[in-house]
Amino acid sequence: MDMDLISRYGPSLLSGFGMTVLCWASGTALGIVIGFVIALLQRLGWAPLNAVLRAYIEVVRGTPFLVQLFLLYYGGPSFGLQLEATSAGIVGLGIYGSAYFAEIFRGGFLAVPRGYVEAAESLGMPPGAILRRIVMPTMLVQILPTLVNMMIILTKETVVLSLLTVPELMYEAQTMAAETFASFETIFVMAVFYWLLVEVLSRLARRVEARLTHYLSAKPGTTA
Amino acid sequence: MMSFTVLANNLPFLLKGAGMTIAVSLAGILLGQIIGALTCVMRLSGGRAGDLVGAVYVSFFRGVPLLIQLLLIYYMLPLIGINVPPLVAAIAALGLASGAYVSEIYRGALNAIPHGQSEAALALGFSESRIWRRILLPQAFRISIPALVNELILLLKASSLISVVGVAELTRVSQTAAATTYRHLEMYAMAGLIYLVINGCLALLGSYAERRLKTA
Repeated sequence: MDMDLISRYGPSLLSGFGMTVLCWASGTALGIVIGFVIALLQRLGWAPLNAVLRAYIEVVRGTPFLVQLFLLYYGGPSFGLQLEATSAGIVGLGIYGSAYFAEIFRGGFLAVPRGYVEAAESLGMPPGAILRRIVMPTMLVQILPTLVNMMIILTKETVVLSLLTVPELMYEAQTMAAETFASFETIFVMAVFYWLLVEVLSRLARRVEARLTHYLSAKPGTTA
Repeated sequence: MMSFTVLANNLPFLLKGAGMTIAVSLAGILLGQIIGALTCVMRLSGGRAGDLVGAVYVSFFRGVPLLIQLLLIYYMLPLIGINVPPLVAAIAALGLASGAYVSEIYRGALNAIPHGQSEAALALGFSESRIWRRILLPQAFRISIPALVNELILLLKASSLISVVGVAELTRVSQTAAATTYRHLEMYAMAGLIYLVINGCLALLGSYAERRLKTA
């Protein structure tokens, strides 16, 4: 490693990493919110709405992320949706994630025993409270591993945003690669960096999971 | 406004690109099958070192974004003196990436085969390689078909990334068509639709194969 290289490209790589984290965090948050709303709407059991939501999920899961991004960023202006690269990237990541998150939440809702809800109803709990205090905690314990897994998958997908010229880490690294003619070395360092990032995140997630589920999944009647 | 004549004029190009997408994905998954099966065998019967090498391979190719893997292989091959067209680098990248996932799929499937079967084969005097070839792998393949079809669909979508190294597959072709006609919305929507149709067919094929093999 050359000290000169670090001082020249360090700041832009650092800001690229900041952008990666920003895109990931906002895209994931958006995806979780849309996904949760979709899963909630599906619970209404209104057939036409369900067909529309199903189609949305199938289309998003059946097409490549890159094509979705191009459609949003380059095709958007055709119907009056003018987004700059970074917002298009975040919205794209959110939409892409939302379909997977919706399926995860749907599975979670199905995993809540009916008896819990019936018991709460017979105790006179209002529907909002049942959702917040009974269904959500039970569901979250069940889906936590898949939810976290999807979030980690999305960290890898942020790399694709570089193709929309979003100035995230991969974009800055490729600029550096082009300017220094050290393509292989740069990409190799990026590969190791993302590898470590994903490994560390997975390990961290497993720990958090173990703690949370240990605390929350204690069966009624046993002392946690 | 949507323009259907432009779409109709460019549809043949897009379909040709789709053909390339399918071909590359099939080549990738085929290579992935071989690498995946070998990795799985190495991890399960190659002792400590074999397991470690396999584990590092799986962890690397599952942990590094595919775009980076692709560029890595694309830039690495010339450095070690192999000059191949981008297409070969792309297939190698897809194969290596899917191999990591396939080996995990196989590992899961192998765990589902009762241990007594290999013990019985051993007692009948089967050699270890023969147990793998005749008893374990064929069954593992059958058990893992749903997961493999899933993997093929993922790979087909991932193959859109190889447009970056200039392979004229569906995404690349629709980019070119969009750039020359200024009809970005139509071209990318069409490309998306073609991906959707291919994936739908794959899913149907998968459930058909699953049904057939279950009765066999």
